[in-house]
Amino acid sequence: MTGNVAIVVVSHSPEVARGTADMVREMVGEEVRVAHCGGNPAGGLGTDVAAILAAIEAVYSPKGVAVLVDLGGAETNSEMAIEMLPDDVRANVTICNAPIVEGR
Amino acid sequence: MTSAHIGRLIDAAAATIRDHAEELSALDRAIGDGDHGINMSRGFEAIVDQRAALAELPLDAALQKAGMTLVMKVGGASGPLYGSLLMAMGKAGEDASAVDRLSEGVDAVRKRGKSAPGEKTMLDVLVPLLDALRAGPADPIAAARQAADAGLEATRAMQATKGRASFLGERSVGHLDPGARSSALLVHAVCDVLEGRS
Repeated sequence: MTGNVAIVVVSHSPEVARGTADMVREMVGEEVRVAHCGGNPAGGLGTDVAAILAAIEAVYSPKGVAVLVDLGGAETNSEMAIEMLPDDVRANVTICNAPIVEGR
Repeated sequence: MTSAHIGRLIDAAAATIRDHAEELSALDRAIGDGDHGINMSRGFEAIVDQRAALAELPLDAALQKAGMTLVMKVGGASGPLYGSLLMAMGKAGEDASAVDRLSEGVDAVRKRGKSAPGEKTMLDVLVPLLDALRAGPADPIAAARQAADAGLEATRAMQATKGRASFLGERSVGHLDPGARSSALLVHAVCDVLEGRS
């Protein structure tokens, strides 16, 4: 447990998600808890609501979780996952308006 | 709405998505990320896998369960969008009319997509459909089909302001919206079942 906001990386690509999380760990070590998920429920390119939910729960602390997403479907699926969290947890989780792979 | 109806609706919806999966992905490749057909197919095949269990449920519960299946299985934005549509239709209340159910569903899609008609999305089929049915047409099936077709065709001239298609700006003009196309396909599939054609 650290005193920092945790990060969840959500990409359509499992490799992009893992690689991005690796880069964050390389830069900040264990100071920031990072989880990642990528790929649709069948393992292809896409995102998976259940996997996003699990990633958020894996790094959650009351300090909060920042979710970074790539293409639009990752955002919609992340919104859906966040809505499934209990009220007190949901209040501390937000999707960041910042690009991964694509964005503006 | 009987259990046989629910089963036929599932079969008809899944069949039209399956039959048009390549067309939906091709439309999506032109202005989106190219996965609409395969994503919708995965979601509707997952509903087919639950066909027996869904057909045993009251309509409300069946709609909610099918909606949640789309949310969890589709893997793209269309999962939460179509999932929210079905789940909200299933929460309209046991006594809700078909039009009231659709109205609840369309509101949920608006909120989920933070979108409105005219932005080149599935709402450009669903909102005209709802408006046409609210007007109390003499032949609701024909009115529904016509509204869906006209709504779909109208997306061709629209410039997208939502989703990845919005990145293309004016270049999104001239293409049908893939979400509007899948919505129109599903409207026709439901009409086919109501008319006893499938």
